[in-house]
This record gives sequence, C-alpha cells and structure tokens, in this order.
Amino acid sequence: MATTVFMEALSPTMEEGRLVKWHKREGDAVQVGETLAEVETDKAIMDLQARADGILRQVAVAEGQTVPVGKEIAVIVAPGETVGAGRGTGDEGRVAPSPAATVAAPSPAPRHSPPAAAAADAAPVKASPLARRMAKESGVDLKLLTGSGPGGRVVRRDLETAAARPAATVSASAPVAPVPPPPSPVPVSRTGAPYEDVPLTQIRKTIAKRLATSLGPVPHFFLTTEVDMERAAEARDALNRQLGDRGKVSFNDIILKATALALTKHRACNAWFQEDHIRYWNEVHIGMAVAVEDGLITPVIRNADVKPLLEIGREAGDLADKARSRRLQPHEYTGSTFSVSNLGMFDIDQFTAVINPPEAGIIAVGSIVQKPVVVDATVLPRRRMRITMSCDHRVIDGATGAGFLKTLKEMLENPLAMLL
Amino acid sequence: MPTLTYRDALNQALREEMQRDPSVFLMGEEVGVYQGAYKVSRGLLEEFGPMRVVDTPIAELGFAGVGVGAAMAGLRPVIEFMTWNFAVLALDQIVNSAAKILYESGGQVPIPIVFRGPNGAALQLAAQHSQAWESWLAHIPGLKVVAPATPADAKGLLKAAIRDDNPVIVLEGEMLYNTKGDVPEGEHVVPIGKADVKRAGTDVTLICHSKTVVPALKAAEQLQEQGVSAEVVDLRSLRPMDEETLVASVVKTNRCVVAEEGWPHCGIGAQVVDIIQREAFDSLDAPVLRVTQADVPMPYNKQLERAAKPSPEKIVAAARRVCYLD
Repeated sequence: MATTVFMEALSPTMEEGRLVKWHKREGDAVQVGETLAEVETDKAIMDLQARADGILRQVAVAEGQTVPVGKEIAVIVAPGETVGAGRGTGDEGRVAPSPAATVAAPSPAPRHSPPAAAAADAAPVKASPLARRMAKESGVDLKLLTGSGPGGRVVRRDLETAAARPAATVSASAPVAPVPPPPSPVPVSRTGAPYEDVPLTQIRKTIAKRLATSLGPVPHFFLTTEVDMERAAEARDALNRQLGDRGKVSFNDIILKATALALTKHRACNAWFQEDHIRYWNEVHIGMAVAVEDGLITPVIRNADVKPLLEIGREAGDLADKARSRRLQPHEYTGSTFSVSNLGMFDIDQFTAVINPPEAGIIAVGSIVQKPVVVDATVLPRRRMRITMSCDHRVIDGATGAGFLKTLKEMLENPLAMLL
Repeated sequence: MPTLTYRDALNQALREEMQRDPSVFLMGEEVGVYQGAYKVSRGLLEEFGPMRVVDTPIAELGFAGVGVGAAMAGLRPVIEFMTWNFAVLALDQIVNSAAKILYESGGQVPIPIVFRGPNGAALQLAAQHSQAWESWLAHIPGLKVVAPATPADAKGLLKAAIRDDNPVIVLEGEMLYNTKGDVPEGEHVVPIGKADVKRAGTDVTLICHSKTVVPALKAAEQLQEQGVSAEVVDLRSLRPMDEETLVASVVKTNRCVVAEEGWPHCGIGAQVVDIIQREAFDSLDAPVLRVTQADVPMPYNKQLERAAKPSPEKIVAAARRVCYLD
C-alpha cells in the first residue's frame, strides 16, 4: 500500500512550507523516521520524516518550492509496487500536527489545504493512461511535455523522448527554474530602482499575522518603572567571581529568573486569555524574544521559576543559538506563559513590547545606564534600568500589573529577595 | 507431425471421439451418404453405421431438438449445421433448450451436445449466407463457444467440445476447411477458455479469432517490414474468454487492435475492448481500435464484398494508428 507524503504541519501555526532540501531522492529507499526533506516552516527549518518504509516516488515538489500544508509532495511505495495502485483514500500519510500543538493550544489549528488549493495542479492534460502512469512513476510533470498524439495527447513516446533529455527540463523533482537565492534581510538596491519588492519569508509572514492579532485586538496598556540595578550588578559580579570558568551569569539571566519568580507571586499576570475563559498558569514558562535574521522568535525557558540561574543562562544561550541558526523545534518556541523582550544591548532606554498572544503580559527591558540619583538626600551615580510591562487589560488590570511590577522591581533591586 | 487440412483435422477428431465413446453420434443434413456438405464426415457412415451417423431432413429446428433430447437421455450428440446461417432456425433449441436445461433442472440434467458448422462469409454467398453469428451465441449463458483457426486447434477444440458436459458451439469456416497445418496425432485436446499467442511481438497486440487470424498474421508480417512488432493473439474460445492472456499481451505492448468477421455493433471485439479497458487501463497508450465487417448486409458484388470484409490492410492501418504512426 502506497503511503502519501504530505507537507505536514511542522509548527503549530504553519500553513505552508518551503521545501529547502530533499535528503532523499526519487527511487531512494526510506525507512520510518528517516528525514525525507528539510522544510522551512513559519518558524524554523524542520525535518520532514518518513511515515512508512519503502521507496520514495512521485516527488512532486522541487527544492525552493512553497506548498500548503496537506499537499501531497511524494509517495512511499513498497519495492516493486506500481505507483497509483492501491492508493486507498490517500489519508494514510496524513498526520496529526506536531506534538507541541497540544501545548500551544491557542495557536490556530493547522489546516490541511482546501481542495481548491490542490486543484491548481489538476488542469487537464491530455495523455494516454500509460503516459500518465509513466509520468507518475518517473516524477515527470505531464504539463511540461508536448503531446505528439492526436489533439496534443501525451503518449508513451513523448515520455521516452523526454527521458532522453536532461532531467531538469521535464522533471518535477528538479527545479524548473533556478531557485532564487533567499532574499537578503535588508535589501540593498544596486540597480538604482526607486524600490524593490521582496516577497515575505515564512517567518515574516508569521510575524505580520501574529502581531496584527495582538496590538489590534488585544487592548494593551503599559506600565513603566525604573529599577536600580546596583545590587543586581554587585550580585552578578560576586556570582561570576565565584563561578570562575564554570560559567557566567548575565543581567538578562537575572531578569528572567526574577520575572519568573515574581510571576509565582502574581498568578494573575501568568495567564492566557482564551476568549471565553482565562487560563491561570501554575507553571511559569518564560518566552525570551530573540532577534534572528529577518525576524524574531521567542524560545521558551520552561519552569524558569525553579531553575537555577546558571541553568537559565545556559538554556537561554542554547536557545538563542538555535533560534539564530533556525533549528528550534516547535516545543522549544511554544507554550510560554509570559515573555521578556530585552533591547538593552541595543542602547534602548525604554520601549513597549507587543504582547505575544494568548499571553497576558510582556516585559520590555531597556539598557542599564548610569544616572545621577538622589539617595538619602545625596546625588549618587547609580546603574538604572527601565522596564515596561505591556498588559492585556482583559486579563490584567492596572493595579494588578503594578503589583507584579513592584515585586519584580524589588527582586531586581534586592536580589536576596528572590530567596524569599 | 502429420500435416492435415482443417477439414481432415475435424474428421479425425470426430472419428477418434466416436471410437473412444459409443455414446457420441453425428447428425445433420448430408452427413452420411453424401459424407458432409464440406466432407467433414467422410468415411464416418462406413465406419460407424447409420445409427451413429444420421442423415436428417432439411429441418434445423427439428434435428437440433432431437439432439437436445438425445443429450437429455444420456447420449453425446454432435449436430452439424450445413452453415450457421441455417442454424438461425434452430436457435430456439440451442438458446431455450440446450443452454437452459441444466439450469432449469436444478443441475440434474446436463446437455453434453455439440453444435458445429461453418460460420461467417465465404465468397459471394450474399447477405443471407455470409453472416458471422458468434456474438449472438457467445451472448448466451449456458453455452460455450469456440472458434478454431488452425487444423490443430480445430481437432483439439472439437475433441474438448465433445467431451464437455455442456452445450458447446464449434464455429468452423468454409474458407478454413482447405487450410493445412501440423496436427498432433491421437490425444490432442485443446482446453476450452484458453487463447493462443500465434505470433509474439512487442509493439501492438492484434486480437483475432477464427478466420481473422489469417489476415492478422499477414498484417503482422507487413507491420514487421514497417518496423512494428505485432503480437497476434487468437482468442480460440469466445465464451469463456481468456482475459488473462489478452491482458498480459496488452500490458506488454500498450496498444491493441481487435479484428473480427462480425459487425461492429455489440460484436465480440466490443467484449474484448471491455476487458482491455478495465483490466489494462493504465497500460494503454492509445484507444483500442476494432476492425470488423462493414456495418451493412454482406454485398454480393465481389469488389464490394472485399471492401466490406476485414483485411490485412485494414488491420495494418489500425495498428499504425494505435502506434501513432499515421
């Protein structure tokens, strides 16, 4: 029984995928679990795995091509099996979305392509039944052939003639045209043209869609406070001295940890808005915004409230590296309950962040700057940092947010309070 | 292996079966004293006597019915029709009695009878005497229908027909009786329901039976000269029909032409095409084409008659079309 290979929903929000690279070729033997191809989802580059043992046939998508989720892209047949025979309903290969989807319940459910999407390929081509079968088995796109039979019917000899030509001109498994290089993130015009239209990458499309569902429909309000970071800096220096070459604690790690701990004391802010209910989380999973080429993504540090600082630091580093190389797995960027966005390293004093729905809040962290501050009636230079919390007013009221922010501020200003 | 005419091969089959089984007898117009309108029964009256080689009046329905009654009583009659054109008169006995009694008796009364005689056109016998009846007969459940094309198949299929416990129609050919071929001596029985590849080929399958095997083989030779390798499949048995052999050939060649003597509408070829499109659909590179008699009563005029009949040229033309050569 042949198993259809579909473009799978490899991220919870994925609606289409770009086939980056085939690992297996037409006619290759494949085993369950083996990587058939790399697919760029809206979030990352993922491996598309074989769901059956057999021979890969009918590779219908070229590298570089983008196709909707649910689209047939190949078939796995038993050795010697005729393609097209015993295809059954064709649903065998359809799979549930990636496991992370159950965590990231609020994300739009992955959709299989509607019939209309597939119909684009069904434009009638006149071909003999044999020619159709041969084309399927050899992965040739009949539309690219000129039929020599009556009325342009594609017949066996047309397939045979085509087979004698270089494969690239007829094979659907090879790109019909050279795959355009991925657009540079910041296009630089060298042609003198007044503008350049750059197609949206998968990740940019997702950012556009996701953020438009945030700041528009989600009623944001913002709370800003300035935090004295002198004690945090002292603590960080002391810890790093102690750690020596065993690792380093950054301000960001301290902020992540403090945020997580503060959330355990303000469950009202560790919540998801779910249309007809609010889900208050008992676990704290902190999403950490990471800038990547051409976009951003928020990998998640799970249970950050109970993890040691050093581990948070190590995880944050790993996740950021993976994010930048676009190798994050769905479970690594879904399911956060609250997010932190830090632009301190870019010398931003203060900013407001857009909430990552369905979370109810996000902290925007500015840079730590030395400022003259009145302390006990004396002006002293102090390291200060501005944090701004964006709140979803449907979940968090002003006082609620302020209460959380106060706790966070206290923890950062007196890191020992984290022990309480 | 001895070379015999088709006529003598049939004669040999009759003689051997009558020697083998005393319940076998031959009955029909002119089968005895005259030794058969086409001399198929030569020497049989002398050898087996008038109880087993029975001359009848010109009354097809009557002696066909006597034959059915004899079969019901346990004999194995071979009923010869001078031609199948005359057997139309006997169709009630063939279709309503012979073909149905086993069924209507709940399986209690088998009818081991053979109806045989020449079928189809000869030369200038005009509309009423130039008809191919196989699609009429093969249509009927309860009958088996065979149509041998060669002397060897004529002997083997007639022997199989006589030994079969069901009514079997044996379609011979006036134009075939004088054809010669090697015929195995003695026990040569060709199983009913098996087609025969008369010539192997790779590019197109020519399916034929009885008299059209000759033009099909000629067509295959002409095609060979044109660089097309044709496979000639002789159906031999029209009911049951050997789907397996037909399909295997078309799966190999991807193209098919069906030739028959009968008219196109509801002909044997229509049944063959049904099998091919159903069982070999994904192997077809072209629609199956048919070569038949023109859809008119057979003309008496010699030129018109030739124009109306299937011919090697017509088969070649059809084969070239399915090969997309014209």
